[in-house]
Amino acid sequence: MTVEPRTSIVWEYAPAPEATDHLRLAERYGLFIGGAFCEPAEARYVPTINPATEEPIAEIAWAGPRDVERAIEVARAAQPRWAALPDRERGKYLFRIARLIQERARELAVVETLDGGKPLRESRDVDIPLAAAHFFHYAGWADKLRYGVVAREVEPLGVVGQIVPWNFPLLMAAWKLAPALACGNTAILKPAETTPLTALLLAEICQEAELPDGVVSILPGDGTVGATLVRAPGLDKIAFTGSTAVGRDIQTALAGRGMELTLELGGKSANIVFEDAAIDQAVEGIVNGIFFNQGHVCCAGSRLLIQESVLDEVIAKLWARMGRLRIGDPLDKNTDVGAINSAEQLERIETLVAAGEDEGAVRRSVACSLPERGYWFAPTLFTDVSPAHRIAVEEIFGPVVSVLSFRTQAEAIEKANNSRYGLAAGIWTDKGAKAFEVASALRAGVVWQNTYNHFDPTAAFGGYKESGFGREGGPAGLRPYVRVVR
Amino acid sequence: MSRRLAHVDRVGIEERAAQLGARSIKTTAKQQGIRLAVSVIDLTTLEGADTAGKVRQLCAKAVCPAPTIPEIPSVAAICVYPSLVAVAREALAGTGVRTASVATGFPAGQVSLEAKLRDTEDAVAAGAEEIDMVISRGAFLAGDDVRVMREVARVKDACGDAHLKVILETAELGSYDHVRHASMLAMEAGADFIKTSTGKAAAGATPGVCLVMLEAIRDHVERTGRIVGFKAAGGVSTSKAALHRLVLVKETLGDEWLTPERFRIGASSLLNDLLMQYAKTESGRYGRSEDFSRE
Repeated sequence: MTVEPRTSIVWEYAPAPEATDHLRLAERYGLFIGGAFCEPAEARYVPTINPATEEPIAEIAWAGPRDVERAIEVARAAQPRWAALPDRERGKYLFRIARLIQERARELAVVETLDGGKPLRESRDVDIPLAAAHFFHYAGWADKLRYGVVAREVEPLGVVGQIVPWNFPLLMAAWKLAPALACGNTAILKPAETTPLTALLLAEICQEAELPDGVVSILPGDGTVGATLVRAPGLDKIAFTGSTAVGRDIQTALAGRGMELTLELGGKSANIVFEDAAIDQAVEGIVNGIFFNQGHVCCAGSRLLIQESVLDEVIAKLWARMGRLRIGDPLDKNTDVGAINSAEQLERIETLVAAGEDEGAVRRSVACSLPERGYWFAPTLFTDVSPAHRIAVEEIFGPVVSVLSFRTQAEAIEKANNSRYGLAAGIWTDKGAKAFEVASALRAGVVWQNTYNHFDPTAAFGGYKESGFGREGGPAGLRPYVRVVR
Repeated sequence: MSRRLAHVDRVGIEERAAQLGARSIKTTAKQQGIRLAVSVIDLTTLEGADTAGKVRQLCAKAVCPAPTIPEIPSVAAICVYPSLVAVAREALAGTGVRTASVATGFPAGQVSLEAKLRDTEDAVAAGAEEIDMVISRGAFLAGDDVRVMREVARVKDACGDAHLKVILETAELGSYDHVRHASMLAMEAGADFIKTSTGKAAAGATPGVCLVMLEAIRDHVERTGRIVGFKAAGGVSTSKAALHRLVLVKETLGDEWLTPERFRIGASSLLNDLLMQYAKTESGRYGRSEDFSRE
């Protein structure tokens, strides 16, 4: 019997890119108005690019003022008949859309990843299933509105303009459209400049679902299209998710016009780790809180508050865990952190990180080889951060976490609330009573206990202070889309 | 000594373990992973009906699992009852495959410490190079950490040069907090490996249990500098499950742990599934179970 000498077996994951050959993307997409794709009034097509490679994917028509005007007319004309449908008929359309999203889930996930740079693992497991879940959830509410809003009689607002951001393109479109349509409104959706593709696929889905023409219109373009929409006559409401600066501008533009408004804006959410937490799971939650979607999350746990007694332990474990993140090709099924969404966003992250270093915080960035093309930023940890530092105050919207310490529960609450924002917070403790006590004292719309960035269509989401107003999700998400009659 | 438990969040640990189970292991990674999994197997037979003949057949399989696929390595060890150690040792002489024996009143451990030590000494005297002991779950659940540690330490002494793997039988411990605590006790008391299960309980090396123990090892090594290995045993019977355990080790402890010196999978039926899956990566077709020998 011969014995082969033992050699050690090296084991690396082989590249596992998701296939793209099943996609059937068009080279050009028009505007979606009145149930059909159409040319913009003034021909303007702009390529949408893949931020991981800087290569163009498709040409997208950008809407102009005349297109906005026409979309509003069409939506206005369609609204009475849409609202007059029996409630459960409206629900049926939403169920149909939800099912079609599920049927085309793989395609939608790949397109979301190509257009936005997020890892396929997230678009496949989070964005697309949740988008379908939102349509399912609000489909169920369509014929139960008076129980959801707790009023005897409600009526739709009319025509709503909805402007969504680039971080969760399809999911945010679902958050906006599903409750609006369930309540009997017609909608004009403006997807983000850098990520219009899945919204346009959603337009195809609306066609497949035979949604009545004009109920949903989709007008891609940059901020000027949004500004036009906001200032155009004939709308009853604006719903906006995006930056606080733009939100402020919208509120100014709407002042005195008798229009409804909901804003879901920025955040600098506190993720609070107490000494009695399950530390390894807290570290996992910190990672999920700030590196999920490259930190392009309005509720990202970007202000990490750690109790001093476990500060060194948590930072050591977090840093070790960050070293195991897999950064690179977003289409690879094993990628944890993908590409930054745009050159503009990358520049903003770099500016704020430089400010952090200038102000004296200690920066550590994961040493990893980043692709030469595309927009990339290595996961970064700042320690020795003071509450006054810009990186502790301003929203970075990138894979950068700032660590602050605290000594007592009271100090944790005070520091967490010491922000102009109030979108979300995380609490890590094994003590149930403490968790509830702290949660009640936090001025934040969402408080997660022993988890982070967990989303569910049944739960209300929204902010305090400069993080905006109005709620999305659950029965609370119906209220901003109806007028109470009696 | 009053017991102070570290907290493990059940939801969090299971989410993370499941997330790692979604790693995509394809093509060359699958082939290498299967070869690696074979090389860390403790090929096990622990039945009342075991005979010298059966153990010899199993040893032949352990040395050369698939004669038609030369790149498949030998397994790490054969694991048998003490009475069959001598047979295994003789059959494995000069092959590089080690002989392991369960001891200490396996699987219940409900015998006196003297009997446990004698059991261990007998196995070592018969040639066992590795001893798989069970902790006293009764003592652990009663809060008697001192007794649990003392028994491990005494058995470790009785092992001499043999490596000691300490089985926690996690399915009987009742919570992840307990799994972590028992891991710490075993490592403090001198375990060379900590191991999930006997294979005789209702559940075995579930992803969550594996991850808790791997994190305990990471923390122990970080604090003391002493290397401790991990053995997943119980319920790991498919290639997919084995690859999942490899991912858990790789992403918790790192590549240094992906060797038979630091990581084992205790299994009996897993080996043939690995061979079938390997053959499939070569031929593109699913084979039949008859294509591989059964011992």
